[in-house]
Amino acid sequence: MVHFTPLESLVGGLLIGFSTLLMIRWLGKISGISGIVGQLWSAPANDRAWRFAFVVGLLVSPLVYALFAPLPAVQIVASTPWLVLAGVLVGFGSRLGSGCTSGHGVCGLSRLSLRSLVATLTFMATAMLVVWLVRHVFLIG
Amino acid sequence: MIVLIALLAGIIFGLGLIVGGMTNPAKVLAFLDIMGDWDPSLAFVMLGAIAVGFFAFRAAARKPVSLLGVPVQLPGTRLIDRKLLLGAVLFGAGWGIAGFCPGPAVTSVFTGGVAVWLFVASMLAGMALHTLGVRRGWL
Repeated sequence: MVHFTPLESLVGGLLIGFSTLLMIRWLGKISGISGIVGQLWSAPANDRAWRFAFVVGLLVSPLVYALFAPLPAVQIVASTPWLVLAGVLVGFGSRLGSGCTSGHGVCGLSRLSLRSLVATLTFMATAMLVVWLVRHVFLIG
Repeated sequence: MIVLIALLAGIIFGLGLIVGGMTNPAKVLAFLDIMGDWDPSLAFVMLGAIAVGFFAFRAAARKPVSLLGVPVQLPGTRLIDRKLLLGAVLFGAGWGIAGFCPGPAVTSVFTGGVAVWLFVASMLAGMALHTLGVRRGWL
């Protein structure tokens, strides 16, 4: 547990929770990133502005963070073809399953939704299995 | 006003991901690597987010209209079907390969370099493929 950061991660989680609170209490929207991004263009015209605004917020958040502290590294280990495959799987899978880590994992579990609990356990178990296969069976990376 | 709050919520969400260490795929993979040098930090991010989210959604469930007068849109379905499970398996597989899920990937577009653009472009292609599939009636 060399890099374990319980306090920072808890604070980060509280911020994400606060963002979720703003979204549901003021806008009446679920803060699920795959849903917001996936329907940027396909949503009805009057349902797009808040999606774009939220995505712009995500995009500029590192610039806001950088005003106060140096940005942490973004360390990517996967090679190009694997990154492309992973991207397509994440994009298609999160839309097919109606949510990702934020929509099912944060919002769904906060709502005590059984559907989201099943989805979260399924994608976590699958991801853990894939990492186990990659790192401990096929010994890549 | 709606746009301003959505912008603010996006910034706070992104800051939360950065502060929590979640924009670094290596750290996310260290959480998923339960048989290796396990880093449980991601669970603490979830814990913090759900601790606030629980009360937020409990309050939202009681009122059909948000504080800005917009109808509260909560997912109507409780269905646990093949789409949900297959989607979660595919998403989980991609997440396990790269250590990126949609939030951190989008947040890192300006700061993470070419590899992030490649991942996000592929992710948008995957999402577009799904939209196409729904429109054509394949899904």
